[in-house]
Amino acid sequence: MSQTSKRTTRNWKTYLLMIVIFAIGLLVGKMNIDGSATIVGDANRYQKSAALESTADNNVSFGSVATIKRRPFNGQVHTVNDGESIQAAVNQAKAGDMVKVMPGVYKETVYIDKDDITLTGVIVKGEWPVLDGEKKLNDAILYSGNNFTVENFKITHYKGNGVMGQAGNNFIIRNNMIIDTGVYGIFPEFGKNGIVEYNVLTGIEDAAIYVGMCDNIHVAHNQVFGNVAGIEIENSRHAIVENNFAHNNTGGILVFITPGLPIKTTYDVIIRDNFVIDNNHENFGAPGSIVAGIPKGTGILIMAGDEVTLQNNVITGNNNAGIIITDHGHAANLTLDPEAEPNSDKIAILDNVMYNNGNEPVNEVKALMLTKLSNRGPDIIRVGESKESCILNREKYLTFGIDEFGTCAFDSTYGTKTYLLEKPVEPRKITAEERGKLAYYGICAGCHAYNVKMVGPPTQVIQALYMENPQGIVDYITNPVKKRDDYPEMPPQNYLSEEVRIAAAKYMLDVKK
Amino acid sequence: MNTRRYIDSFLVLSIIVFSHALSADSNLPIQFKTIPATQNSQDDSAFTLSVNCPPGFENIEQKCHLRSLYQQYDSLYDKGVGGLKTALPTVRDGFSPQQIDLGRLLFFDPLLSGDNTLSCASCHEPDKGFSDGLPRSIGANQVDVGRASPTLWNVAFLSNFFWDSRAHSLEEQMLGPLYSEKEMATTPVQLINELNNNKTYQRLFRQAFPNGQSAKITLQQIYTSITAFEASLISLNSRYDHYAHGYHQALTENEIEGLNIFRSFVARCAECHTPPLFTNQQIAVLGSPEPPGRELDIGAEKTFNNPDLRAGFKVPSLRNIVKTAPYMHSGRFENLRDTVEFYTKGRGHAVPEGEKLLLHWHIWEPDLTERELDRLVDFLGTLTDESFTPKIPQKVPSGLPVNVGQNITKKIKKYTSVRGEKP
Repeated sequence: MSQTSKRTTRNWKTYLLMIVIFAIGLLVGKMNIDGSATIVGDANRYQKSAALESTADNNVSFGSVATIKRRPFNGQVHTVNDGESIQAAVNQAKAGDMVKVMPGVYKETVYIDKDDITLTGVIVKGEWPVLDGEKKLNDAILYSGNNFTVENFKITHYKGNGVMGQAGNNFIIRNNMIIDTGVYGIFPEFGKNGIVEYNVLTGIEDAAIYVGMCDNIHVAHNQVFGNVAGIEIENSRHAIVENNFAHNNTGGILVFITPGLPIKTTYDVIIRDNFVIDNNHENFGAPGSIVAGIPKGTGILIMAGDEVTLQNNVITGNNNAGIIITDHGHAANLTLDPEAEPNSDKIAILDNVMYNNGNEPVNEVKALMLTKLSNRGPDIIRVGESKESCILNREKYLTFGIDEFGTCAFDSTYGTKTYLLEKPVEPRKITAEERGKLAYYGICAGCHAYNVKMVGPPTQVIQALYMENPQGIVDYITNPVKKRDDYPEMPPQNYLSEEVRIAAAKYMLDVKK
Repeated sequence: MNTRRYIDSFLVLSIIVFSHALSADSNLPIQFKTIPATQNSQDDSAFTLSVNCPPGFENIEQKCHLRSLYQQYDSLYDKGVGGLKTALPTVRDGFSPQQIDLGRLLFFDPLLSGDNTLSCASCHEPDKGFSDGLPRSIGANQVDVGRASPTLWNVAFLSNFFWDSRAHSLEEQMLGPLYSEKEMATTPVQLINELNNNKTYQRLFRQAFPNGQSAKITLQQIYTSITAFEASLISLNSRYDHYAHGYHQALTENEIEGLNIFRSFVARCAECHTPPLFTNQQIAVLGSPEPPGRELDIGAEKTFNNPDLRAGFKVPSLRNIVKTAPYMHSGRFENLRDTVEFYTKGRGHAVPEGEKLLLHWHIWEPDLTERELDRLVDFLGTLTDESFTPKIPQKVPSGLPVNVGQNITKKIKKYTSVRGEKP
């Protein structure tokens, strides 16, 4: 993939490189490295279950549905009809509530900065609720709350993202149609334990489904086509990408470490049972974006990701290469990050179906394949270091650079059904007293010291005044009035929740120094 | 990078060792560039160190531990980056109240500069967001130091320091300004001798470091105290924070619109200025312009010896950002409106001809409208909280004048006359 985007500016270099690589290739060919006799990888990398061995039925994951448990619904339902504002309903909603959106066209950005909200579209006789950004609005749905569900929306013509999350855990994003929305279709970031399933996405100029800096993720049963990248797992761990249909993107499925991000690893990723077909779309990525460097015709691209296992995918008709395994050094538009390990290590290519790939390889790939005396692009190509990687049934494929891969010690990932957590991620456990302490020191102490006068009267004085009456403090700080000539009037602390206010008041009455 | 860290820590270490050698023999000749402070020979009992932690900290056995509502939350891998209810990066705390208070006196004391005219507070003024209001700071002998003074708010959460990310602790960082000839222009020898010749400081250091091995003040103790004070500058109770903790009325409609633009993937501000600190502490190559007539600053290229990072700078926190104009590493933009506009004027539009910079992938062409730029500025205004601003001491143990905020008019005049340029 690497040199492609530099092709125009570095033509002569490319040709030089081709010659050098050709020479090296011949040399390597003669050395005849063959790792097939070496067994590589921990045979117990994936769970084994007794049931697997007994019934053939369990031996496939197709149709299996991973779930995140939600609490039984006993919230309120807020219904939004065509012509009304979804955001207004979200603002009304409390944790645990559901916002139901009836068919209609909604032209707004909906943001959800609270926990436990379900945003659900109602589809009536094939009519969907449509979020339409009219090429003017930035994002359709932004969320930061935990336990967020969004489903059954058609989202189109936004400039930024369809659905974007920052730091919400236990998210479910399912059954949405996201069409021509700009940069990313579905983009959860900094989240733990999330599902992206049954979505259809097309016309996205970067990754249609982009999982960035997340953990414990399940991406399944989505259809992505006509995008620059279909599905991208980036700087994330413990992810399964299964049963998706990625076709006619520039690149089908990507597993990346992108340098320069605060979380710097990608590992433990399973890509299985996907159809990765004819990903030959012209690259229409924004100049300078990392995906702008992806050569069209790329089925699966692994860059710097570790412990990535590919099993039972159907990878066909990708005109450059079926699978590319590379490192940061060979990638375009990238700055090396000294804190990010640049190689793709411990890659395992188990049994997959691959044919008819490499009909029109890009020049760099073509040059490499010439060393193998082939005019076609490969099913599998590896450039850059890849330690402890392995493959099964290597003789089935046209390959480059994987001769030294060992033979995998395991042949299935199906024992590992999901990396979703058994119990949803809970908020940090914190007692009311601790919360009171955080508020007291984090806020009250700005004006009240224990026994000296600061902006407000000392805590000791307040203790004498409100002995055993924390509610009195709460009432006062919620709606303060000027009491003392020698002190400024206190600003209201009503931005703190009732719970925090009472906890802070109790702590203030108890504090001893 | 690791090698670099080792080299850096070796440097720090050798200076510390050096200082111990010095304190054993204080008869070494000292050259003062100017007359030393007058009141340094007698212990001034008016100076006492606080036994209380500054606001924001809980005192547990005479160690100050930060308390913040953000400690209700988690963050992935404790990186302190994420969304609204996300924990902060690991904090530097646990200093004693006395160390923090001593650090405050040192911070405002011009004794720490070679010619006894500049203190840390000369370029980090409390009422200017702990910056100095200048495009680039003015150091000793009215020299333009080349880069803008960064805010000190919330440095307790940072792991990289300087615009070019070349230091990895506050102790390591302060060696730069203290000993740079362009900045405070003192030397380890001068610093340690001046403090050791001051009876008041001798007493205060003994109080702050009761278990000190040496009877003399050591450089390490100086660094620790200043670090302790800097790490106490906490700003986490802005209106934005009220919103983040769940009080959505804290922001106006315009400001919420600004927040949504800020985190949208069109403007992409939050991708690098990630909450809750509003920085992800990475290096980014923006291709932002230098002030007229100034050459391109190569920034982190030098630190990492990596041409890919040419003109790359550390992503700064945006907390209290309205207080720290002008903006960018060399103060190119006078106000926030111009600064946010930079990001929508075209990818690489300000890269000098002939320069090839590997611009960050989030630098693109978001085509923000005038209205959106205004709303971004509105939102940035919600990140202000100075409720924990420390007291400026009226006098310091050296007896030298505490000139915070007074030098500045002089400096600006100097600036205009020397540079022929409006700051």
